Amino acid sequence: MRKTFTISVFTENSIGLLNRITSIFTRRHLNIESLNTSESELAGVYRFTIVVRTTEDQIKKLVLQIEKQVEVLRAVFHEDDDTVFQEIALYKVSTKSVADGNLVEKLIRDNHARILSMEQDFMIIEKTGHKEETQELLRFLKEYGIIEFVRSGRVSVMKPMNESIELRKRISNF
Amino acid sequence: MEALLTQVDKKIRTTGADAVLKSLIAEEVALVFGYPGGAIMPIYDALYNYQEEIRHVLTRHEQGAIHAAQGFARATGKVGAVMATSGPGATNLITGIADAMIDSTPLVCITGQVGSHLLGSDAFQETDIISISMPVTKWNDQVTKAEELPEALAKAFYIAQSGRPGPVLIDITKDAQFEEFDYQYKKCEGIRSYNPVPQLDHEQVKKAAELINGAQRPFVVFGQGIILSGAEEEFKTFIEKTGIPTASTLLGLSALPTDHPLNMGMLGMHGNYGPNKLTNECDLLIAIGMRFDDRVTGDLNTYAKQAKVIHFDIDPAEINKNVYAHVPVLGDCKEALTELIRNVRMNSHPVWHQRFKDYEKVENDLVIGEQITPTTLEMTMAEVMDSINRFTNGDALLVTDVGQHQMVACRYTRFNQSKSNITSGGLGTMGFCLPAAIGAKLGAPEREVIAVIGDGGFQMTIQELGTILQTQAQIKIVILNNSFLGMVRQWQQLFFDKRYSSTEMENPDFVTIAKGYGVAGKSINDREDLAHSIQEMLNHKGSYLLEVHVGKEDNVFPMVPSGASVSDIRLS
Repeated sequence: MRKTFTISVFTENSIGLLNRITSIFTRRHLNIESLNTSESELAGVYRFTIVVRTTEDQIKKLVLQIEKQVEVLRAVFHEDDDTVFQEIALYKVSTKSVADGNLVEKLIRDNHARILSMEQDFMIIEKTGHKEETQELLRFLKEYGIIEFVRSGRVSVMKPMNESIELRKRISNF
Repeated sequence: MEALLTQVDKKIRTTGADAVLKSLIAEEVALVFGYPGGAIMPIYDALYNYQEEIRHVLTRHEQGAIHAAQGFARATGKVGAVMATSGPGATNLITGIADAMIDSTPLVCITGQVGSHLLGSDAFQETDIISISMPVTKWNDQVTKAEELPEALAKAFYIAQSGRPGPVLIDITKDAQFEEFDYQYKKCEGIRSYNPVPQLDHEQVKKAAELINGAQRPFVVFGQGIILSGAEEEFKTFIEKTGIPTASTLLGLSALPTDHPLNMGMLGMHGNYGPNKLTNECDLLIAIGMRFDDRVTGDLNTYAKQAKVIHFDIDPAEINKNVYAHVPVLGDCKEALTELIRNVRMNSHPVWHQRFKDYEKVENDLVIGEQITPTTLEMTMAEVMDSINRFTNGDALLVTDVGQHQMVACRYTRFNQSKSNITSGGLGTMGFCLPAAIGAKLGAPEREVIAVIGDGGFQMTIQELGTILQTQAQIKIVILNNSFLGMVRQWQQLFFDKRYSSTEMENPDFVTIAKGYGVAGKSINDREDLAHSIQEMLNHKGSYLLEVHVGKEDNVFPMVPSGASVSDIRLS
């Protein structure tokens, strides 16, 4: 059965490593749902957050293949229940179409969204949340005409404390 | 050499190109296979100064260079070194790199690249070899500054040969080759993100030993891991102490002498009857340094389901990849076997052993006998190999290409010592044999190297006869000519209603071609000429090509049809 998994990969910072990691998915005809990279709390250690839908059997093998890469320090995977994750979405809408004060207030309050920028002819709304939530706001705003929409990749941290500690220890021991 | 090695400790002002050569010498590379071109000219120019220390073998194609380096690496256990220019030079290496990756062969490939200011500009002979080679290299790196070279090369050699070996590619821009810098070389001893040899878990070895001590019908399947780890002696001690019958993968052949009483032969699609059949009757399957390739397992859903599985491997990604391991033992198999030997009891399994012998008799009666002493007019590939055995007594180093001749040669050749079987296993690269044989001979000049090739594969890298001419490498080439792409034809016969689509070959006069390259040769059609022609070939000083016309539509049996269970192995 296919499920959504979040893979966290801790790596050295080297040119081409992204390519090396993504080719492991490509080779298995797997689509990456989202991907984010950033520096981790450990100096010089980068963290990839990759979301993929696949089977448990496949994800186990996939993570071992990722970890096998010379510049990968560690790769782990989690199901959604074992992580806290978030995405951010930006919406550009015409100021005129949502200018009605009540609508703007309702929009912001009901969705826990905020206005990042307001210009004469457009405004930028920001919302963070899970995909379903940002998607819901998108659906809502579509009625008023949406000019641009973009959603980030997932960022995620794992819940189990013992795992975080073990991982940290392992990486800083290298 | 001494002087150069000591010099690496203190800084020397030199160019990137010179630094490449100095680094190769520091890594004890004495032989490089390659082909020059524009973007690697500074390195070739520097090479000119080191003709005493490094022998460069000019092949006739970059694919020839890399297969030769593979042959060298497999025959010697050392890293094979390759040089090629940018663009087509680099892309021509790809098949060999992929082959080395899947067969765990240590290689360091050095490619020239256009100047760093031209990267991404579609410059002449520019290709993104880093991206192209990424999925088929263990590691690769592009160097754009001379000062980065020593570390990149030191890492390359370390990564290529440590843990599970594999190919590494270093791409060096032309400006980095010209650039002067203060050179200093230090061998790489570790990389923080890379753990090549997992620490042996003593508990796992104990668990494995318990299962082995309690098993009624244990069966050992071994692969190239034994050879790569240099664990031949430990392996032999282990099976002799426990009395467990064993069988080899294609790449594991020669790790244990063929005539060892516990060696039951080869596994897999064209392996021996007993090892395949009894895989599904053993109660304990002990896999050592092998990766359960689909050509070994056949249908995984019906593979050794009745057995507990112990899997010894150095690569964590191999555990549970294809076959679930009840007891995985991660680590170097030499170390693991040394410890295992201490934990297992002396034992023997005569009844179980006899089962293999019984199947061996069936295979002898129904396949092997007819193959090596055929009643047909036409010669068989097997009788050629059998005849070669008689003269070499199992002491030759066999290099094969891919296809029917490969399966027959590997099935019928006797091996007395390790590293005697070099073939393209995982990738199945036609054209591998001739250059690999050259590399093997140059790496192990004391060995008698016999290259057994089909008429198809020979023509894929036939130009390497030129490398033989230039190096005077003495190899014996046996062309088993059936005027067909035999293995494909066999499948067409068995599974595609004999629709021989594009498999029949009209071949040139191979002996005349060989003659053009200064290689003596002979072509034979008749059985009565076989033995003395082989003797003539082996006695000949220098390279020799013997073309043997064999039956056009002979098939290789036994055979596990693709996707079938190993139990369903066919004898005809």
